[in-house]
Amino acid sequence: MIEVKNITKTYSSGTDLEFKALKGATFKIEDGEFVAIMGPSGSGKSTLMHILGALDTPTSGKYYLDEKDVSTLSEDELADIRKDKIGFVFQSFNLLPRTTVLRNVMLPLIYEGVNKSEREKRATEALISAGLDESHFLHLSNQLSGGQIQRVAIARALVNNPSLILADEPTGNLDSKTGEIVLGTFQKLNKEKGRTIILITHEHDIAEHAERIIHIKDGEIVSDSKSHKKRII
Amino acid sequence: MKITDILEETYSALSANKVRSGLTMLGIIIGISSVIAMVSIGQGAQSAIQASIQSIGSNLVLVTPGAQRGPGFQVSAGRGSARTLTQADADAIVKEITLAKAVAPEISGRYQVTAKGTNTNTSVIGTISAYPGVRNVEIDQGSFVSDQNVRSLAKVAVLGPTARDDLFGAGADAIGQTIRIKGIEFKVVGITKAKGGSGFGSQDDMIFIPLSSAQKFLAGEDYVTTISVQATDSSSMTEIQTQISDLLLSRHHITNPQLADFSTLNQADIVATASSVTGTFTTLLAAVAGISLIVGGIGIMNMMLTTVTERTREIGLRKAIGAKKKDISLQFLIEAIMLTFIGGVIGVILGWSISFGVSYLGILQTSVSVSSILLAFGVSAGIGIVFGYYPARRAAGLNPIDALRYE
Repeated sequence: MIEVKNITKTYSSGTDLEFKALKGATFKIEDGEFVAIMGPSGSGKSTLMHILGALDTPTSGKYYLDEKDVSTLSEDELADIRKDKIGFVFQSFNLLPRTTVLRNVMLPLIYEGVNKSEREKRATEALISAGLDESHFLHLSNQLSGGQIQRVAIARALVNNPSLILADEPTGNLDSKTGEIVLGTFQKLNKEKGRTIILITHEHDIAEHAERIIHIKDGEIVSDSKSHKKRII
Repeated sequence: MKITDILEETYSALSANKVRSGLTMLGIIIGISSVIAMVSIGQGAQSAIQASIQSIGSNLVLVTPGAQRGPGFQVSAGRGSARTLTQADADAIVKEITLAKAVAPEISGRYQVTAKGTNTNTSVIGTISAYPGVRNVEIDQGSFVSDQNVRSLAKVAVLGPTARDDLFGAGADAIGQTIRIKGIEFKVVGITKAKGGSGFGSQDDMIFIPLSSAQKFLAGEDYVTTISVQATDSSSMTEIQTQISDLLLSRHHITNPQLADFSTLNQADIVATASSVTGTFTTLLAAVAGISLIVGGIGIMNMMLTTVTERTREIGLRKAIGAKKKDISLQFLIEAIMLTFIGGVIGVILGWSISFGVSYLGILQTSVSVSSILLAFGVSAGIGIVFGYYPARRAAGLNPIDALRYE
């Protein structure tokens, strides 16, 4: 469960210039929800994502992830949170080049110290859940299509069995048809496996694939509502 | 993160860019191999020079004449050309210096030597029967000059193998034949064994005759050019040297040792001087090679910095999926160490091959010491740590958010 209480984030560049990216956001996300955080560029949604993803800490306010206060942790403690509780899916995929699909998916488990046979087993399971065909497992990541690459990235986000999957504009580099397939994969993971998914996007059309949309503008939450669902599956 | 995983990551990172890794390693390979080769060649030269010095005998104190220098005069005649050492001085040393194991005075000079239709110009050494023992000369055929020969002014000669070859042809049986030195006939009674050695002039191109005969028939005076005194062991050499100096100073009525008309040369000093010279050279060569090693290390750092920049997004991703600072810095540090270590291994093999080649081609007898190999490994791994540390720290210090956005 995610609980965000009045968090702010202020960037100060130089002495006097301060930029308030977040001006006190408060919301709760229950386990098993599929939420879209939507806002135009510069709205603070990326900052919010960084804080939710334990990549950054808020200037003030509290962030509880599974009842644990994440807002005051050190850099290494944040790394542990990311390792155990969070899976990232990026707009630009960020797979390791010249590396096989399987190795890419196993990468997070290396930092957990999982042994090799267990790593392979879990990576295979994650790839199947993400809907990738087994024939691609030993392909190099640059031999796949965009949709396949993003599903490998989803598998990588799943493999450590996280409490939360954070997808940052996952369809941004895909055409609308492959985008639909990827969004379908998220819906399936949410519905069938009960995964908590947060989708960050600037497009309303994409956000509507989630069950709930948190609309953010100028660092403040302007609306938080159920979406008129676009169900793919 | 387990060490086997780190090694696997390192392997895949290095093999992803084989040409670049190879070229970077080349710097270390050249550095390490030249250090190994240079040190082994230096040590080979050192032992060759020492062997050459030892070949003239062991535990020797050499007494040679020198022109007496008056106060204020800085000009002296060449050593060995003066005639200030006499037979009587040699006899006194034999009698007075009880610490000496053996004493062999000699008179040497270069003369035209002829035998049936051939002639050569070589050094003729007049000496006594103790000479072979003192100066490490071994007899191959016949016998050396005997005490009887010296007493009776016998006209007998012992040829060095090179002199024999020059006069009678290679390997010819010269015993019983006659040679003429300065027109005087000498009968060949022995041939010495080849000693090789070239450091102080060929020891094989020589003719030995009785000391008395040389003084009477060739030089016409009873001076000697060198008195070789052999000590029982190396520890007594300095004392013998002092005793000889004192004895000859009093015999020559010289009160100021600075003005001595002779000089004594301790073999240990020659060895020490030669060792320090070759040691300096070895250090110099190793230093030059060491500079190339540092240049190689900078190459490693350059490549690692490029790699870190190139893989910024990968670093960001690794951090996002839970890699700690330590994991990232270890990964890049081990990459650098791996490069230098593999370079070091290849460098040791190459350096070893070079020094083996030098030995095999007969240029110099070299030896690769275990310590230089260990040093090379240590240095190459050390270079990896030193030059890999900064790029690794830079990688580890990257902010994951910025790193993920990096284009």
